Amino acid sequence: MIKLASLSKHFGKTVVLDGIDLTIEKGEIVVIIGPSGTGKSTLLRCINFLEQPTSGTMTVGDLTVDVNRASRADILAMRRQTAFVFQNYALFANKTALQNIAERLLVVDKWPKEKADQKAREILEQIGLADKAGAYPASMSGGQQQRVGIGRAMAAGAEVILFDEPTSSLDPEWVEEVLGLMKQLASERQTMMVVTHEMSFARDVADRVIFIDGGRIVEQGPPSEIFHNPRDPRTKDFLKKILATNPV
Amino acid sequence: MDVLNVEYMLGLVPVLLRYLPLTLQLAGIGMVLALILACLFAVVRVLRIPVLNQLTIVFISFFRGTPLLVQLFLFYYGLPQLFSALTVIDGVTATVMGLTMHFSAYMAESIRAAIVGVDRSQTEAALSIGMTNGQLMRRIVLPQATRVALPTLMNYFIDMIKATSLAFTLGVTELMGATQKEAAGSFLYFEAFIVAAIMYWIVVELLSKLQNYLETRLNKAYNR
Repeated sequence: MIKLASLSKHFGKTVVLDGIDLTIEKGEIVVIIGPSGTGKSTLLRCINFLEQPTSGTMTVGDLTVDVNRASRADILAMRRQTAFVFQNYALFANKTALQNIAERLLVVDKWPKEKADQKAREILEQIGLADKAGAYPASMSGGQQQRVGIGRAMAAGAEVILFDEPTSSLDPEWVEEVLGLMKQLASERQTMMVVTHEMSFARDVADRVIFIDGGRIVEQGPPSEIFHNPRDPRTKDFLKKILATNPV
Repeated sequence: MDVLNVEYMLGLVPVLLRYLPLTLQLAGIGMVLALILACLFAVVRVLRIPVLNQLTIVFISFFRGTPLLVQLFLFYYGLPQLFSALTVIDGVTATVMGLTMHFSAYMAESIRAAIVGVDRSQTEAALSIGMTNGQLMRRIVLPQATRVALPTLMNYFIDMIKATSLAFTLGVTELMGATQKEAAGSFLYFEAFIVAAIMYWIVVELLSKLQNYLETRLNKAYNR
């Protein structure tokens, strides 16, 4: 379970997140939508402590931290409970697909090399890239790189996987294979928080859709409700614009 | 023009070869120490560690801003004058000190640039899986920076090998010193120095081969 209480993030005088309260159940698939620059990515980055939140408390699994009092150990522990999938994949350029996935097991969880490699091979199998074990990121397509990125997040055995616009950098031809893998994970009830503009993914896969604007949660509910019966005028306005270019 | 005394040249080769190991030792030890020092300086500069950062900036500025020969004379003739305990400083020690400090100043800057040049997303990805700063430096950032810095570092190493010839001014009989002595005895200056020049040249060429090999290996991950 994940619980955020009055989570805020300021960059100087700019308020990017303005007191987010949010509870996510284990196994829940949450899709976050909203206009650009409204704090969607920052929210995910705060949960992974890639950004230091300004105030609030966060609970992930059995770990609760007041962000202002978080020690180095707390931050490391929080990062180890939350896996992150980046928009630009961010695979380790000096490591093969297998090593990218095994790295965390080896270095952070201190698994013996054989066990880590074995686990990484199983994950490569699951993401359909068993034949790419020895390939470096530079030699893989965007879609393959992002699938390895997701594989790296899966290896963590994390409480939640945070997806930050995972298909936004991809050529259209690779989008489906990445969304397909995310659907597979969703069907296994892996807890996920997904920031995306892929409205059909939100409609088909999400248990809950959250609309964020101006650093606040404006509206949330099951996809059927948000897409067909939005209540807030800002939600209506945003959906009208995005569905015109990106139909469900 | 007189004909070159080829026989003398061939005879000189085994004589001078005996002094080549000292040349290589000066450069080898100098390079290892300079690399260690340069990495420390680079990390201090990248992390902007207070006080140490300012000291490092002054150190780099001085050792880049003054001639190596002046630095060698300062260490060899100057230090014993200031500190009587150092009267035992010999030419080899002074040369290694000079080479280390002089080249570490240059190398620190290229290592720093290479570290800063590693894409920020690599650091973020390492942090996101819960690595500590030390782990991400060691396993992700430094290996990638090495690839970028390698050609320049090898250039400095080549430069350092040639710079060891200045040690003869401190009375060290390395390759250059030995050649000088041989030439002074035989008056066959051209023959003696061309043999020495070719020896330096061959050593540097072998190093270039090593550089190519290392670059190919480090680039393996980046070929499409």
